[in-house]
Amino acid sequence: MLEKFPKKIGYADTLEIYLSRLESLILSEYKISKRSIALLLLQEDQEMMRLVKEQEKERSEAIFKTIQEAKAHYSQPLGYIISQCRQTEASRIANKVMNFKQERKITLKERLSKIMMHPLTGGPILLAVLYYGLYKFVGRFGAGVLVGFLENKVFGSYISPFMIHLVNGLIPSKLLQNLLVGEYGVLTLGVRYAFGIILPIVATFFFAFAIVEDTGYLPRLAMLIDQLFKRIGLSGRAVIPLVLGFGCNTMATMVTRTLASKRERIIATLLLALAIPCSAQMGVILALLEDKPLGLAVWLGVIVGVFLLVGFLAAKIMPGDLPSFYMEIPPLRFPRFSNILRKTASRLKWYFLEIFPLFLIASVLIWVGQITGIFYFLVRILEYPVAWIGLPKEAAVAFLFGFFRRDYGAAGLYDLKKIGLLAGNQLVVACITLTLFLPCIAQLLMNIKERGMRIGMAISVFVLFFSFSIGYLINITLTIIKVHL
Amino acid sequence: MLSEGAEEILEALWIQMEEEGNKPLDLGANRDDPAIEELLKLSFIRIDKDHIHLLDKGKSHAIACVRRHRLAERLMVDVFDIKKKIMDEVSCKFEHLLHKGLEDNVCTLLGHPKICPHGKLIPAGKCCLGKKLKNSLKFVASLDELDLKDKGQIAYLQAKDKNQMQKLISIGALPGVSIILLQKFPSYVLQIGESQFAIDKELAQSIYVRLIK
Repeated sequence: MLEKFPKKIGYADTLEIYLSRLESLILSEYKISKRSIALLLLQEDQEMMRLVKEQEKERSEAIFKTIQEAKAHYSQPLGYIISQCRQTEASRIANKVMNFKQERKITLKERLSKIMMHPLTGGPILLAVLYYGLYKFVGRFGAGVLVGFLENKVFGSYISPFMIHLVNGLIPSKLLQNLLVGEYGVLTLGVRYAFGIILPIVATFFFAFAIVEDTGYLPRLAMLIDQLFKRIGLSGRAVIPLVLGFGCNTMATMVTRTLASKRERIIATLLLALAIPCSAQMGVILALLEDKPLGLAVWLGVIVGVFLLVGFLAAKIMPGDLPSFYMEIPPLRFPRFSNILRKTASRLKWYFLEIFPLFLIASVLIWVGQITGIFYFLVRILEYPVAWIGLPKEAAVAFLFGFFRRDYGAAGLYDLKKIGLLAGNQLVVACITLTLFLPCIAQLLMNIKERGMRIGMAISVFVLFFSFSIGYLINITLTIIKVHL
Repeated sequence: MLSEGAEEILEALWIQMEEEGNKPLDLGANRDDPAIEELLKLSFIRIDKDHIHLLDKGKSHAIACVRRHRLAERLMVDVFDIKKKIMDEVSCKFEHLLHKGLEDNVCTLLGHPKICPHGKLIPAGKCCLGKKLKNSLKFVASLDELDLKDKGQIAYLQAKDKNQMQKLISIGALPGVSIILLQKFPSYVLQIGESQFAIDKELAQSIYVRLIK
């Protein structure tokens, strides 16, 4: 015969008295039981208190007075007492059906977990994950092989010429032809970049990220990094949006919502806008510097340095609470292929629905800018800071593009390199400045949406000036110490 | 050494003055108490028509009394696991036995607790400043004072505000739950029940654990 379990959890006697008193005072209709509401009120749940105040009106004063009386009976917050009672009951139920083996062998997974969490071995593991996951898989395979295939063969040889032919034949207006299939046309550039370049790179990134995520590695990384992150005003949890930033900064900025305090969110958004290169951009930068390993090292060093320095300063300046770090460490698991595919597919779907239209708009904006002459005007203005950091004035176009699409910018530099206009130190300086440069238009809009107009614009203005200043500094430094990369 | 009655009066005086807004104690029922005479002779207090006032000379003794009382309460609850109902009665008697440095030992044993079971502050003593715990004396300690692989049961949480308390509750760190310290650097990793959690030093300092050998 099954023992009848009571339907309710019995709390301490005094609490039960207050619970029934509260239940009798709450008279309106709610969607949940009165007992639940009373429990939430005792635990000072803000939303429920607001709701009850609205619904109960005159009676709410009596209700809140009862709550205060209940609180006076205990020295600990009621939430604590209630949780304790629940814990006791849960343990009681669990103990009736669970047995614990005393002797436990350490499994391979536990050993691996320990290695991952040890500060000495965790570092090399992180480097291995970054090297194979990010550099080899996303960088070489995604940005190299896949992009090469899609952009050059599929679009270059088949789709783009077809489009150009079609549009020129059907649409008489030169203006519209330019909009659709011109040099920066919606179809020839916008769509080609979205499918030929962004899609393979972002897809490989999401795939690799899903694998890392599903193994349970990220909380262990967060745990190792927490102390370092505290110095830059963040907690270990911030590792998730920051790592996502290597895939797509716009998506990562949205994920900063999961951080606990406003201060953390602002610092993370700032660092994402400034020093985290997205996968599209990184792919092209790796291609730009592939024959200069020293240049690549300088680029990496400067970016990491800027990240830590700005983070440290921002943490000093921004007022607010220090972040707290607490995170569950799930057991290591072998990722399931079906899950990974599903995650990658849903992220790709989100990406295309949210981001792709923005890139089409970017093409349209460039077209408008060209027609009205604003485009050339902005380029002329940019030529000054560009010359100032030692680059040829042709690079100004690449930077303007860098605003609309980070990879447009990097690809612009790639073209300059091909025709020999950009070499040595200039190449490295250009890469550094472009990486630090303004976030792409999608990310800028997301910044404003998430952090508000004031902070979003402030971050953008700061990033704009800071990136060129660092470019200038690096250029001067390299010249002074007579290093030729 | 003061009589028990004198100690009680000093204690009540200090609480009135420090924690309930500087009001002197009503003379009232204690008028004929020999303890009042005792304290007057030592110049620890002065009396006027209706009230008793604590003098500077008596202040340090009063603080020590409060400290002993609250440490006794902590001892009853943490070590002997006495129910709140009889705690007041027992600790009221016990406090008078904690003299001659015994209270510092008890304080060390309990891991230098900062609040009593009622939530009031325990005045600090000399031992709280040099916080090195000797292995033999550890009984209840905050998580950051434990060694690796130490096992125990959570005795109580000492969170600095409601948010911190909420965070600790959300990872299941409640009194009575068994806990093992797995790692201290770079973050504290603990095993609560069958799950593992990572927390930072500040949160670790808020969890007080009763060690199990």
